[in-house]
Parts: sequence; C-alpha cells; structure tokens
Amino acid sequence: MAANDAGALAIEQVAVHFQSRAGRSVTALEDITLSIPPRQLAVIVGPSGCGKSTLLRLVAGLNRPSAGRITLDGRPIKGPGAERGMVFQSYTLFPWLTVQRNVEFGPELKGVAAAERGRRAQALLQEVGLAGFEDAYPSQLSGGMMQRVALARALANEPEILLMDEPFGALDSQTRALMQELLLGIWEHHHKTVLFITHDIDEAIFLGDVVHVMTARPGRIKATLPIDLPRPRGPELLTTPAFAALKREVMALLRAEALAAAGPA
Amino acid sequence: MIDLLAPKTEIPAGLHLALGAAALLSLLGLWCLLSYGGYVRPDFLATPGQVLLAGWKGVRTGTLFGHIYSSLVVILAGFALASLLAVPLGILMGSFQAVAAVLEPITGFMRYLPVSALIPLLILWIGIGIEQKIAVIFLGTFFQQLILIADVSARVSKDLIDVSYTLGASRAQVVTRVLLPACLPGVMDNLRVTMGWAWTYLVVAELVAANSGLGYMILNAMRGLFTDVILLGIFVIGLLGLLTDLLFKLLRRWLLPWSASF
Ligand SMILES: Nc1ncnc2c1ncn2[C@@H]1O[C@H](COP(=O)(O)OP(=O)(O)O)[C@@H](O)[C@H]1O
Ligand SMILES: [Mg+2]
Repeated sequence: MAANDAGALAIEQVAVHFQSRAGRSVTALEDITLSIPPRQLAVIVGPSGCGKSTLLRLVAGLNRPSAGRITLDGRPIKGPGAERGMVFQSYTLFPWLTVQRNVEFGPELKGVAAAERGRRAQALLQEVGLAGFEDAYPSQLSGGMMQRVALARALANEPEILLMDEPFGALDSQTRALMQELLLGIWEHHHKTVLFITHDIDEAIFLGDVVHVMTARPGRIKATLPIDLPRPRGPELLTTPAFAALKREVMALLRAEALAAAGPA
Repeated sequence: MIDLLAPKTEIPAGLHLALGAAALLSLLGLWCLLSYGGYVRPDFLATPGQVLLAGWKGVRTGTLFGHIYSSLVVILAGFALASLLAVPLGILMGSFQAVAAVLEPITGFMRYLPVSALIPLLILWIGIGIEQKIAVIFLGTFFQQLILIADVSARVSKDLIDVSYTLGASRAQVVTRVLLPACLPGVMDNLRVTMGWAWTYLVVAELVAANSGLGYMILNAMRGLFTDVILLGIFVIGLLGLLTDLLFKLLRRWLLPWSASF
C-alpha cells in the first residue's frame, strides 16, 4: 500500500497548444494551476470541448504540456506510469481476456506472482460487485459492469492517483447513480487521490470534496468550490437544500461558458 | 404474418433455407431443360448427367484428385506466403504512420493492376514452373490483404492503446499484448475473404505451361469443347472454395471464442 500522504498532485501554469495538420495552432488549455492534496476526490466540470480530457491526459502522461509543469508527490510526470491509473469513458477492456485476466493485466506486466495477482483481482472484483464473473468475457457484460471491471483493473496496480474521464458518461441514469455510490464506497475504503472529470453537475457535487469549474475553450479554471456536504453520501443528498444551492451556483457558472462555447446565436 | 417486403426485417430460418434451395433448384431445372430438352447444342452445354459421369470417371481413374492436389498446393502456398507477409506488415502499416508512408504509394499502385498483366514478367523472371503459379496467387492476394489488414489495425481504438500505457505497458508490450490480439478477429475475417479471392485467380495461375490442376483441366477441356469437364472443374473449384470458407469460419470460432460476430 502507498504511504498515507502519497498522491499529491500539483499542476502549475499548464498550457496546451495543438498544432493542426494544416499548421493552425489551437489553444486547448491556458494557465491551469491546481493543487490536489493526497486522498482528495477532486472533480472538474466544464463544457464539452473545453479541454477536460486533455488535462487528464497530461496527468496520465499520455500528452505533454506545451508550458508549465505537473508533479505527483514532487516528481515531474514524464510519461504514462502504473502509479496513475485511468478509467476512460469508452469501454476499454481487453475483449480477448476474461474479466479476471483484465484485472490482472497491470500486475502481470509488473511481474507480480500469479497467486498474489489472482488474490488481488478476486478481492477487487468482490468489491465492485462482480464476484462470480471472473471467467466471463467483456462481450458478455453490460456497460455498467464493464466500467466496474475497468475500475477494478485500474485499482489492481495500487495507483497513487485514480484519473477518471467521464467514466459513467455512456451509462443510463439509473446505472450511473449506482456507479457513483459504488465509487464513493471504494474511495472511502482505499482513500486514494481521485481526479474525476464530468460535465454532469449533479455528479460533480455528489462525488466531490471540491469542484473545479472550467471555462469554455481555451480551458481555464474559472472557479473552485469546496463541497462541504457530509459523508458518507447517499441518494437522499440530491434533494437537500444545501445540494440545490451548490447546484444553482455551478449551473450559473457553467451557463455562461456553455453560451460562450455555443458561439454567437 | 411474415412481411417479405419490409427492409431489414428478420425472416424465419426455414424460409431462408427454402428460398436458397428454390433458387438452386430452379437453376438446376433450367440447366436440365436447356440441355436435356435439346434447346442448346451439347458442345455448348453438357447435361448434368454427363458432368456427373465425367466426375465419376475422374474419381475412378484418380486424375481428378491429381488436379485438385496440384491446385491446392499452388493456392495454399501462394496464400500462406502472402498472409505471412501481409499480416505483420498490415498491422504495422495501420498503426505506424511511417510504415504507412513507405508502403502506401506501392500498394496504392499495385492493388489496381490486373495480375494477368504481370504474367509475362513473371515468366521472364521466374520461369514457368510452379513458382510462377504460386507467384500469381501471391500477387493477387498480398496487396489486397495488406490494405484490408492495415485498415483493421488502424481501427483499433486509441483508448485501448492508451489505457494499456496507463496500466504500465511499454511500447513493445502495447504492440504484442494489445495491438496484435485486438487485430486478430479482423485479420481472420479478411484472411477468409481473401482466401476466396485466391481461388478466383486459379485459372489465371494455371494459364501458362501447366500440366495439371483444376484451371489447367478447364483450359485443356476447352480445346476439345468438353463442356462436361469444364463444368466439372467449375463445380469442384466452387465446392473447394466453399470448403475453405467453412474451415476459416470454424477456425475463427475455435481460436477466438471471445469475439462474438460470425
Ligand atoms: N490531439 C489533438 N489534436 C488537435 N486538437 C485536439 C487534440 N485533442 C483535443 N483537441 C482539441 O482540444 C480541445 C479540447 O478537447 P478535449 O480535451 O477532448 O475536451 P473535453 O474533454 O473537455 O470535451 C477540443 O477543441 C479538441 O478539438
Ligand atoms: Mg472529454
């Protein structure tokens, strides 16, 4: 297990410019500075196309910033690494591996012994409610089940931080609500740093310790709202006045950005 | 009530089979009518009975098996060589832009060339032995396979590759443990399709200086207007093609049980 204070993410004055093939330069992110302490569940909301995925990919090491720097526990990020687990919106299980082998994929690459990684996978599958599905192939699972396996697979590497890019965005609303509760349960148990991206305001407030609201492209941090709602959180939270007040606040912030993103009417 | 005229609507399996059988039987009926009825001269169209007789003769004397064997050697050798090269190259071409940049102009040019146009050069360069016949099958399938498999490789989701990196995979591991298996179903499907195309090149392959093979048998029968033997050759090629297709189908189901589409 990682030390208790591992998983401190610092993003300092990061900018990303994409070069289109025609040579045009597009600024996706501008002057992003964020500090996420260990074990925090930080959520980023923003209009679509504002650079949320780009930001998460920088932390994952899949893209490089054009300016600025990102460190995890003081170490600069140079490329992808197993200490930063990621769950994508699209279904990314390996279709040729069983559920069990999918979860074991990371530990297997690391050379973790078969017995140990099998035990780890079993425990995680139990935790995400998929005990009994070890030998199923991804094509036999529903969307929600696939994302639960993807979460277990990311956790099997015992990462310091979990990066989630709209992981429940493709699920129906009932399934999504269940997945949010499942994620909170897992987070409360493992207590890892989580950087969660969404464009769903309810989801952001329900999950987050803090919600960072981004501007339309080029993405900047427009506001940071601490979410001082009690934990553990359940579905009844959604109907409380405190939740409604926060939701109004985030909605007002995002509405201006959505209008900007949509362009002149 | 079954609505046959509604597009994209399922019909019962029994009806599906019955329609197919009806089509085959009508064709056979038309053949019988034309040949037995004397509407067409025998040196234009042999009767079904004559074709069966020619087949029986070929089986009894063993010459038919000799022809089948020769053709199978040519087809399988040409196809295997092409596949052995096209599968790895195609996978690289679809996922590495540098490989694509190198290969695209060549394949783009070669894929539209009729293989028969290359036969004179093949004869000059590698003679008229079995190598030349294998080369015809090779050239007929290789470039098509390359393009189809490159496309399979290009369609592997970028997120699948990226998630592998975040799980700790190196570049080499991403290629061997993710890209390769992810391509397998598409590779199998396209090998199956191009195997069918390889059969269509058989007669062209056996056009020059052959002394056995189904293509040769057909070409040879043409000189004597032996339409029974010509038709026999056509049916045998069709049946063998069907058989290899079935084998590929079973192989895919057996090798890749996790990939559902058939
Ligand atoms: N590889 C890339 N090359 C060029 N432009 C890109 C690339 N990736 C993203 N972009 C652009 O950057 C912007 C932000 O994209 P993204 O991070 O996916 O937004 P979000 O996840 O918030 O919807 C978009 O305008 C997108 O078109
Ligand atoms: Mg996105």
